[in-house]
Amino acid sequence: MSKLVDARGLSCPQPVIKTLNAIKTADESEIVVLVDTDTAKENVARAAKSKGWNEIDIKEEQDGYRITISKEG
Amino acid sequence: MKNVLATKRGIVGVGAIIGILAILLQYFGNPVNMGVCVACFLRDTTGALALHRAPVVQYVRPEIIGFVLGSFAASFLFKEFRPRTGSAPIVRFVLGAFAMIGALIFLGCPWRALLRLAGGDLNAILGLLGLFVGIWIGTLFLKKGYNLGVTQKTRSSVGWVFPIIMVGLLVLMLLNPQIEGEPQSGVLFYSIEGPGSLHAPLIISLIFGLIIGFLAQRSRFCTMGAIRDLILFRHMHLFLGIAGLFVASLIMNLILNQFNPGFADQPIAHTMHIWNFGGMVLAGLAFTLAGGCPGRQLFLSGEGDGDAAIFVVGMIAGAAFAHNFGLASSGAGATSAGIVALFIGLIVCLLIGFTMRERV
Repeated sequence: MSKLVDARGLSCPQPVIKTLNAIKTADESEIVVLVDTDTAKENVARAAKSKGWNEIDIKEEQDGYRITISKEG
Repeated sequence: MKNVLATKRGIVGVGAIIGILAILLQYFGNPVNMGVCVACFLRDTTGALALHRAPVVQYVRPEIIGFVLGSFAASFLFKEFRPRTGSAPIVRFVLGAFAMIGALIFLGCPWRALLRLAGGDLNAILGLLGLFVGIWIGTLFLKKGYNLGVTQKTRSSVGWVFPIIMVGLLVLMLLNPQIEGEPQSGVLFYSIEGPGSLHAPLIISLIFGLIIGFLAQRSRFCTMGAIRDLILFRHMHLFLGIAGLFVASLIMNLILNQFNPGFADQPIAHTMHIWNFGGMVLAGLAFTLAGGCPGRQLFLSGEGDGDAAIFVVGMIAGAAFAHNFGLASSGAGATSAGIVALFIGLIVCLLIGFTMRERV
């Protein structure tokens, strides 16, 4: 199971806040974040890495990006 | 493809390039410690269009045009041009207006605050402290769930509007070129004395503006975000950008022997510490609630963000009010009307912060 964070349409720093909140409360080992700008994509990936969620997979979708982050191990 | 400019080295480099170009713009004719100032330059542009009639601050600043068009070019080239709008535009307009009023009480936006400090103007320390406090208040709202709501993807033409307005301004400048010693050329006003009369040649201002706009769009350079991310997430990334700007412009000033430390008699500055501080508290809070420093709002406008464009239009309206109502400070200090406006602005921003909230 993975947790879904929909941050599409939200401007800085909301996507990062939502991602970090999800990381804080996550029972799951995987979180999927949806964003619709390149800035948000970079910021979310950077924020995830800073929390040790180093496995990052980014897929381009029709209206943005689907970022899957997970913890190692 | 990896975005090199959004890496640690990239953002430091972009900050440093902005710092160097800003000091070079001063060398080529821009006012001292005002190589680049987004608030001042929008205010000068407002005056050139006679939306305010303060004779010393009237000039269409080509740097502003360059910022928007440079960002437009970068976003187009790298397929990041995304027309979008609809996230509380009227609130953004009001935030832009009060951000400008706050900045004009201090006499500069965050960009100029850094350049002022790099030139030795110690009054900028009060401004930067105010900026920090304003942004800190903004982060308290962000933590409580404040946001302006989602934006909507929209038709291409919406994203084109602001860049086309900038092209229109450039065309106006070319059709109504400055006539030496004349305060007016066709429909445009030109300062013959004061900061508005000091400017680098049009082509240099425009090219430097385009370079900064292009690099800043790619790197997401933001002076407010730099401090906000530090407070909110302990993230240093954007802060490295403003550090690069400061250090590079300081070194340039030392090389060119134009570092003059002190509080008194600094160019286009006053020494009323409380209002230098207070003006930037208001500006910092407004920028944080709107999600970007004035430069960043211009770059976002260039990449199709119609809400950021409304913030910029709000800043233009704020500049008009600031000079028509005598709210802007001068070298002599803040005005009593300006102080009243400062408190009204703070109340309005707090109301926006308390009421624009996602129910969680």
